[in-house]
Amino acid sequence: MFKSVKTGLGLVFALAIVSGCSTSTNNDSSASSTTPAVATPPPADTTADTRMDDIPLEDVVYFDFDQSLLKPATRDLLISHAERMRAGNTGPVRLEGHADELGTREYNLALGERRAKAVRDFLVLQGVDGSTLEVISYGEERPAQTGSNESARAMNRRVVIN
Amino acid sequence: MSTIVVSCLLAVVARAQLVVEVVDGNQDPTPIAVVPFDWSGTGVLTEDVADIIASDLRRSGLFAPVPRADMLSFPKDPQAVSYRDWRVLGTEYVVTGRIQPQPGGYRLSFDLINIFAQQKLFSKQINADPQQLRDLAHRAADQIYEALTGIRGAFSTRMVYVQEQRRGGEPSYSLMLADIDGARSRRLRRFSQPVMSPVWSPNGQELAYVSFETGRPAIFRENLRSGRRQQLTNFKGLNSSPSWSPDGSKLAMVLSKDGNPEIYVLDLASGKFTRMTRHFAIDTEPNWMPDGKSLIFTSDRGGKPQIYQLTLATGQVDRLTFDGDYNARPRVSPDGKTLVMVHRNRGVFTIATMDISSGVVRALTETTLDESPSVAPNGAMLMYSTKRGDKGILAAVSLDAGVKYNLPSQQGNVREPAWSPYIE
Repeated sequence: MFKSVKTGLGLVFALAIVSGCSTSTNNDSSASSTTPAVATPPPADTTADTRMDDIPLEDVVYFDFDQSLLKPATRDLLISHAERMRAGNTGPVRLEGHADELGTREYNLALGERRAKAVRDFLVLQGVDGSTLEVISYGEERPAQTGSNESARAMNRRVVIN
Repeated sequence: MSTIVVSCLLAVVARAQLVVEVVDGNQDPTPIAVVPFDWSGTGVLTEDVADIIASDLRRSGLFAPVPRADMLSFPKDPQAVSYRDWRVLGTEYVVTGRIQPQPGGYRLSFDLINIFAQQKLFSKQINADPQQLRDLAHRAADQIYEALTGIRGAFSTRMVYVQEQRRGGEPSYSLMLADIDGARSRRLRRFSQPVMSPVWSPNGQELAYVSFETGRPAIFRENLRSGRRQQLTNFKGLNSSPSWSPDGSKLAMVLSKDGNPEIYVLDLASGKFTRMTRHFAIDTEPNWMPDGKSLIFTSDRGGKPQIYQLTLATGQVDRLTFDGDYNARPRVSPDGKTLVMVHRNRGVFTIATMDISSGVVRALTETTLDESPSVAPNGAMLMYSTKRGDKGILAAVSLDAGVKYNLPSQQGNVREPAWSPYIE
């Protein structure tokens, strides 16, 4: 029930931001074919994307625009991840770096990698075996949330611990 | 505004063709009339060749085709042209033409007439296979454009681009190939993982691109005729931004296998990789200068992304851009004089040119999230991707900013256009 409400809101939102000519006539079929893109990723308040291990840990950390510095809150979360990894019950981990839509695609690919490496380096400093961590960047190619607004962009500047 | 609405309605009616909206035309385009062509065969032709030619000329921004409804007569050859009729309309040039069936296709005979000089400038003939009426039209437009501007026409060229769609909630990515006017688009290959950075080989027969289909980014090379392809790289980390050298023998790219994004050059014959940059910053988006002697690329070694030039013989790196705090993804005009790039101006990402010798930067676009500029082989226009609402669309602008137009997409989000070289 809650899920369907969110989807509905996503649709309304998507329609609201299509502007000008696009609304008047527009390409009805193409517009509707893209709206699920907006509805699919979870909104800001449900990013926990819970994976049940011993304890559920949020597995996404976020960054500021054009930055790869870890925020203080992020460090606390990563320390918890590092403890879990050191305990040896996680196996190989993929650190997926992402960027928002601002800036060029290839530069953002490099930026996503830099973010994922910042997370890797921090985890290694916390005693995690670096050989169990794989860094991969998707740049802006796989946004968690579509939409050309700051709240969507903030959700996309991220590293997913996978 | 009314013309834009009309264009959108047409887009709904005629989905098969992309409708061009000239959003900001040249102030003083030359009036030219492309008279409907005489067809001496049976049945109805599948394409309106004269209309395709008129659309090509209009998109260049340099011409204002006379609407058919305004034409007082439809002369089929220069002898039938009434100069007075066309002068009344202010028409400077008239194109007449005749299409005949011939074994294995069509023959177009067409003439270009200067109304004020009362002079025929040329008569030409072009042959085409049955399925190539649009090619016939674009080739005729190329010759008319060249005769009147002195610049080689690029209406016969094509483009590849990336299309993203949702299929059952999952993203699907495709490499698409289309005529440069957006018509006759077809899917080259579909991917379930992202595909990006398509570029043409200089002979127009191959593409290089980055695909995530192996679970990691890898650079592929694909032959357009045979569909055969080859994975060129499989290194740890980034494998991105391929760029073909002007002689076709090498591919510049970005690899982070040594810990940091650096520019490499792959010799395609030997398979040997040569590292070209050594810096702890991000070095990416390499592109060859037309003489093949240097690469331009993006680096944030100065703190923010800026464009640099690497001279291959000496390894010397020089910074090219100083205006603004974000200049990236450089391309260069075919004469090597003008840099084309993504430039952030007051927080907005636009396409800009920079005259390399003077350093003067000029913004060509003023929408938002404009990116991936790709220059036509004649240097007159560039194609780029932008957003309308949340939808990714392709757009074009002339390098002198005199004309801009959008190519409304049929489905999904489209981006990363790559303008082909001349295809012989």
